Amino acid sequence: MIEIINVCKSFNSHQVLYNLNLNINDGETTVIIGRSGCGKSVLLKHIIGLLKPDSGQVLIDGKDVARMGEKELSALRMKFGMLFQGAALFDSLSVLENVAFGMIEHTQASRTEIKKRVKECLALVGLKSIEDKRPAELSGGMKKRVGLARAICIRPQIILYDEPTTGIDPIMGDAINDLIIELHNKLKVTSIAVTHDMTSAYKIADRIAMLYNGKIVANGTPDEIKGSKDPIVRQFVTGASRGPITEGIDFEHLI
Amino acid sequence: MRKFLEMLGSRFMSFVHYAGGVSTLMGMTLFWIPRPPFRRRQVIEQMSRIGVDSLPIVSLISLFTGMVLALQSAYQMQKLSAEMYIASLVALSMARELGPVLTALIVAGRVGASITAELGTMKVTEQIDALETLATNPVKYLVVPRFMAMIVMLPLLTLFADAIGGFGGYIIGVYKLNISHGMYMKNTWVALKHKDLYTGLIKSFFFAVIMCIVACYEGMKADGGAEGVGKATTNSVVVSFILIIASDCFFTALFYFVMKQ
Repeated sequence: MIEIINVCKSFNSHQVLYNLNLNINDGETTVIIGRSGCGKSVLLKHIIGLLKPDSGQVLIDGKDVARMGEKELSALRMKFGMLFQGAALFDSLSVLENVAFGMIEHTQASRTEIKKRVKECLALVGLKSIEDKRPAELSGGMKKRVGLARAICIRPQIILYDEPTTGIDPIMGDAINDLIIELHNKLKVTSIAVTHDMTSAYKIADRIAMLYNGKIVANGTPDEIKGSKDPIVRQFVTGASRGPITEGIDFEHLI
Repeated sequence: MRKFLEMLGSRFMSFVHYAGGVSTLMGMTLFWIPRPPFRRRQVIEQMSRIGVDSLPIVSLISLFTGMVLALQSAYQMQKLSAEMYIASLVALSMARELGPVLTALIVAGRVGASITAELGTMKVTEQIDALETLATNPVKYLVVPRFMAMIVMLPLLTLFADAIGGFGGYIIGVYKLNISHGMYMKNTWVALKHKDLYTGLIKSFFFAVIMCIVACYEGMKADGGAEGVGKATTNSVVVSFILIIASDCFFTALFYFVMKQ
């Protein structure tokens, strides 16, 4: 269980998260939606302890992430897998070394075991025979899938996805969505995805939470969000340019 | 007036912030050095990048510097008919001053910049965050191998530069100014004391520490995409140059007053 309690975070006097509360249940896929730059990735980075809140707490199974020591935090991170927006593969390492990074660093696994696991993980994301390639030789979609393989290689209990479908074509986007669902069903993990792609959100989510002005303004099942009467949620999910979110912003000059 | 004071204050604050950041990174690096796992393969890789790959440029520049030193001093010393002391002058200037400083400046420009650009790119493409999510400390994984390689290779390169600089002086002295081989060698060895060599090496060790930490710090705090990485790289070279020259002045004064004999 992940509990985010009254979290505030600001950067250079710009308040990004403001008294944010959210609970994420084990084994569920929660999608956090919101406009670009509203702090979704910041929230995700708080969950894995890459950022520390100015005030408030992020509790994972009852333990505060911000108060953990180096060892405890490392142990916690071994339970997590994270897919970054741009995949964040290590340029200087091959695909094999990228995917196996966590295993090489933190386990005593033999070379053959590592190779076998990497092969399995790559097969799970629909890739094969690319172990010796460098990230620079891969397309955007392949990078994301290798990033996903790296995230699942250490058999995490929680997987975080930062904009999993952004920057790739719709077909590959849907393939990634299917992958997320498949991984969720196969590995029984807790998944948290942040996105502004509503098609993806409806497809993969058990619950959808909307982040707006530093707070969670709506939290419900995809059907509840689809049928929401809240004007802010409605404007976002229907993708309308006019509404309470864009009040005072004039798009006329763009036309 | 108020704006001026505000600007002064904010500059001072950013200086304190910078100094704090660099010191913290230094402390973290020292903390992680003795802790396993020791990444021998990465240290050797970095040694090759920092040391072996810098050899050609360091040799070229120190050879020319040795030659120029010999020629310039010949211009003055011929008036006193004291050309034979050119050997001592070249050997001492190279070992005490030019060897360590020139090598440090070359390496700061060549390797320091590349370290900042590499770590900066890793930072802006979230690779450093990815390292952390894979439960790997970025200071341990990225900074420590570079630091170890730098503090070993820069003094070695400096020794090499001293020798090549001396050889440059020898070429001019023996083949142009007609000093005999024996005389040139004798004057070189008579003038050089152990102290001259190791004070140069101590300087070079500290230059290595400064340059590596500044380069890594600039890289790890880079943000704002390609432009940010460019700015960080420029900053890294400029700050390293200033600190190398300033600390050179400090150490020269220190050795002058502390080790007079």
